[in-house]
Amino acid sequence: MAGDQANRLTSGGLIDRSTALSFRFDGKNFLGFKGDTLASALVANGVRLVGRSFKYHRPRGILTAGSEEPNALVELRSGARREPNTKATTAELYEGLEAASQNRWPSLNFDVMSVNQLFAPIFVAGFYYKTFMWPAKFWEAIYEPAIRRAAGLGRASGVSDPDHYDKAWAHCDVVIAGSGPAGLAAALAAARSGARVILCEEDFVLGGRLLADGGTIDGLPAAEWVARAVAELEAMPDVRIMTRTSLFGVYDGGTYGAIERVNDHLPVPPEHQVRQRLWRIVAKRCVVAAGAIERPIVFAGNDTPGVMMASAMRSYINRYAAAPARRIALFTNNEDGWRTADTAIAAGLQVAAVIDARADVSPAHRSLASKGGFPVLHGSVSAVEGGKGGVRKISVSLTGGARAEVEADGLAVSGGWNPAVGLTSYHRGRPKWRDDIAAFVPDGAPPGMVAAGAANGAFGLGACLREGFEAGAAAARDAGRSGNIGSMPVADDAAFSLTPLWHVAGKCKAFVDQQHDVTASDVELAQREGFQSVEHLKRYTTLGMATDQGKTSNVAGLAIMAAVSGKSIPETGTTIYRPPYVPVAIGAFAGHHRDENFHATRLTPSHHWAAEQGAIFVDTGLWKRAQWYPRPGEKDWLESVTREVKAVRGGVGFCDVSTLGKIDVHGPDAGAFLDRVYINAFSSLAVGKARYGLMLREDGIVYDDGTTSRLAEDHYFLTTTTAKAGLVMQHLEFCRQVLFPELDVQLTSVSDQWAQFSIAGPKTRDLLKEIIDPAEDLSNDGFPFMGAREVKLRGGLKARLFRISFSGEMAFEISVPARYGEAMARNLMIAGKPFGVTPYGTEALGVMRIEKGHVAGPELNGTTTAGDLGLGKMMSTKKDFVGRVMAGREALTAPSRQVVVGIKPTDKARRLRSGAHIIPKDETPGPENDQGYVTSVCFSPVLDQWIGLGLVERGRERIGEIVLAHDPLRGEDYDVELCNPVFYDPDGGRQRG
Amino acid sequence: MRITCPFCGERELGEFTYLGDAKPQRPAADAGEDAVYDYVYLRDNIAGVMSEHWYHGGGCRAWLKVTRNTLTHEISAVEAAAGAGAAKVGA
Ligand SMILES: [Zn+2]
Repeated sequence: MAGDQANRLTSGGLIDRSTALSFRFDGKNFLGFKGDTLASALVANGVRLVGRSFKYHRPRGILTAGSEEPNALVELRSGARREPNTKATTAELYEGLEAASQNRWPSLNFDVMSVNQLFAPIFVAGFYYKTFMWPAKFWEAIYEPAIRRAAGLGRASGVSDPDHYDKAWAHCDVVIAGSGPAGLAAALAAARSGARVILCEEDFVLGGRLLADGGTIDGLPAAEWVARAVAELEAMPDVRIMTRTSLFGVYDGGTYGAIERVNDHLPVPPEHQVRQRLWRIVAKRCVVAAGAIERPIVFAGNDTPGVMMASAMRSYINRYAAAPARRIALFTNNEDGWRTADTAIAAGLQVAAVIDARADVSPAHRSLASKGGFPVLHGSVSAVEGGKGGVRKISVSLTGGARAEVEADGLAVSGGWNPAVGLTSYHRGRPKWRDDIAAFVPDGAPPGMVAAGAANGAFGLGACLREGFEAGAAAARDAGRSGNIGSMPVADDAAFSLTPLWHVAGKCKAFVDQQHDVTASDVELAQREGFQSVEHLKRYTTLGMATDQGKTSNVAGLAIMAAVSGKSIPETGTTIYRPPYVPVAIGAFAGHHRDENFHATRLTPSHHWAAEQGAIFVDTGLWKRAQWYPRPGEKDWLESVTREVKAVRGGVGFCDVSTLGKIDVHGPDAGAFLDRVYINAFSSLAVGKARYGLMLREDGIVYDDGTTSRLAEDHYFLTTTTAKAGLVMQHLEFCRQVLFPELDVQLTSVSDQWAQFSIAGPKTRDLLKEIIDPAEDLSNDGFPFMGAREVKLRGGLKARLFRISFSGEMAFEISVPARYGEAMARNLMIAGKPFGVTPYGTEALGVMRIEKGHVAGPELNGTTTAGDLGLGKMMSTKKDFVGRVMAGREALTAPSRQVVVGIKPTDKARRLRSGAHIIPKDETPGPENDQGYVTSVCFSPVLDQWIGLGLVERGRERIGEIVLAHDPLRGEDYDVELCNPVFYDPDGGRQRG
Repeated sequence: MRITCPFCGERELGEFTYLGDAKPQRPAADAGEDAVYDYVYLRDNIAGVMSEHWYHGGGCRAWLKVTRNTLTHEISAVEAAAGAGAAKVGA
């Protein structure tokens, strides 16, 4: 049978019979047509068994024809593109599609783990909690891996996803979820009003239930009306129709999340195209026309392959021309379910019987039954016979107590309809119960959102059109659009009568949540064990917690719980609804932000030149900085870094320091402003001079440091650390705008505008003379230490020159417009050749700053005060500044604080490691004797040994003391000496020379 | 969430940085330690309508005073924060 589309009806359906598509399911070849889903193609090929269930490994078939499907989950595609838990009911068929059933071993037909069914009595609700509680350590090692093998869904590919995902924004007046009659009517009204409309449809064809159920609208067959409506919408420039797009969430301020499956219907996305796109849609109004989901009735054997929702059967027959069964029984408690009997007869299929739980059946249906020659049985299905081969026989308990049996190979079930209340409930709106339809309808929808049509509990076609049209018109009006909305589409309303029936008591397993294998007795047991709240019931039994989020099971679960507890369904209440409405791949949320594009990358102006030099780069924040420049023959980084340091200290070197934050401070009150944000004074700084500044947080802890130069009476140039560049700008803007608005001062971020290089070493002047206009006086008198001014370069370009030193050598920093940064690096190499100029990286920079005892990030760590850093004397007592008062608190000025001190191992050959704890000599290492730790270390080429800085209790009073460096992480203990943090040139003669 | 910057118009949350309660005012220089302590550490955390400082770092770099309901995220007013955090002269 299978493989030849034996169950394909000879005519009808929205499939393209001229385009046959071959596909594989569990290694077997099949054919389907364009327009099929994987599920409809399997139905057409007579495949009924499509998976094994989560816990009991029971054979399962296809239950629905939409995104609510709990059973027909497959692994789609293979290799790196293998995607587990894909719903066969929404997966579009394409040529070469490969899919495999899940949770079976070794094969779907013979599944070893189905013995779980024999142990079913122990797999009750809360089984895992009860059974595997002791001993705790067994859980991770033994129980969990075993359970994971036995129970579970599909397998992830385990390798990196080769496809791309995109993120995009869209803005509109009205966004509409769903393109059934209500959605299309809403779109027509809104668009005719002149509103900018986005219509999202999760299916790949527009029309919603009209595709399966047809009907007559404005005197036209539904399909024709849909075509006309779509053509009208497509002709309007401000309407965007997005198929294969699910609106999955609603967020504050009218922002909606949607996932567009751009290329999931192709084996591989075309070149330069993404697989999926995550949309954030900002809309003034939203109309939810997401329809309703037909709900099952829970009875014994209701998970047998061949048991299918009545509406799904109509979808397969009418939309896909695929017969789910040849001889169909229908079990319904409402009028709407009967349409499946109509459909089956019209398609030439047999109706075995209609089992109607209601007392009365309409005369029209009685005559349909007598014409079709099938019995109408008043009662309920009490058991289903049939295993993995599917339904064979149905037992019926008749009203009055008698029993009947019906031979059939398919059972359609209709328990009524549940409006899709997800989207409207995502802001904690609790849906309200309507007795007339025995269903929850939206209530408390987020601002700007309204439900229409079946999503609002209006199930008739005419009502759907009316509600949709009115909602669309109102939404457009609220968005300020007032065009002529034209006439409303009209259709008749079919009668909808229903007698609630949730659960037919029986002996065998009756499933509420088929994806998580939760039975009616699990729900009853949980209630008996005291799980009274629905939230507890949900978590204890896992009802509704699978990938389908209980779309077909939640309400039935509530109803069963209500029945056991003697409460009504609305009293029992619903759980909280949370997005996403359909599963969304993490890859779609990440978009292009993965791997090397996880965050933006910033390159220094000299980056490409440095790369040519073979520089090794290090990530510092978003920046890539040259860490060192290895030369041929050097055996490791230490050798390269040591060479660079020696070259600077003995000659001249340069380093790109453009990553520092740079801020121009302008205005008559610029000096006064800086006085308030730095602990030291800047208003007194002479024009043409630079000064080191330290700023605190308002709580008295050090925030940032840097050099600020006064370029003119009303113009300062401020630098920040690389790490804090953005934050300091934000902080200074806060000070300027919020705290000190009376000051006339302006801030301009110029971090990206200037390329800045540090040029250091005794031959710095020789090098600078080669690139700077000879008229500029660079002598000690003409350009003294801490001088700062604009200079002219040879060739006329203006640059800013600062005589500041981080390395402790005679040094300058030079700034040129960023576009000249690379040229500057190249020119320094050319001009510096006679002096042996050496580019150096951040490692050598770090070595030289530690040798000089300068503090940096590891010491400015968010816990240290100015005093801790040895900079307490900088704090002005003549002015107010941010952090002044709090810095004076007792604990922040206590003499016992840990302060910056130099550290060197007593054994000169010993390597010092940062992070090592400082313990007094002869004390036992441990928290009670911990007096601080090593913050920064380097190998000092000058001292020919490892040295470091640390934060040590009363460190400055203990210079010369031998203490223990205790490093439990590396298992090391060794003696170190506390010393002056300025290891090199302590009187600073070299930098002033 | 979307915030309507008085200078840039309606913009998405990602462009803004949150600071917190906009009510505390930086005390005058001579206000003493207790007043500064209150200013630095004591913050209201209201379940309801709050006045908050937000920074439009992804736009005009203005500091804004945003009136927001912390329960619903409804924003009822946005204005430039200029001077909002300064103690009144003479206060
Ligand atoms: Zn702005």
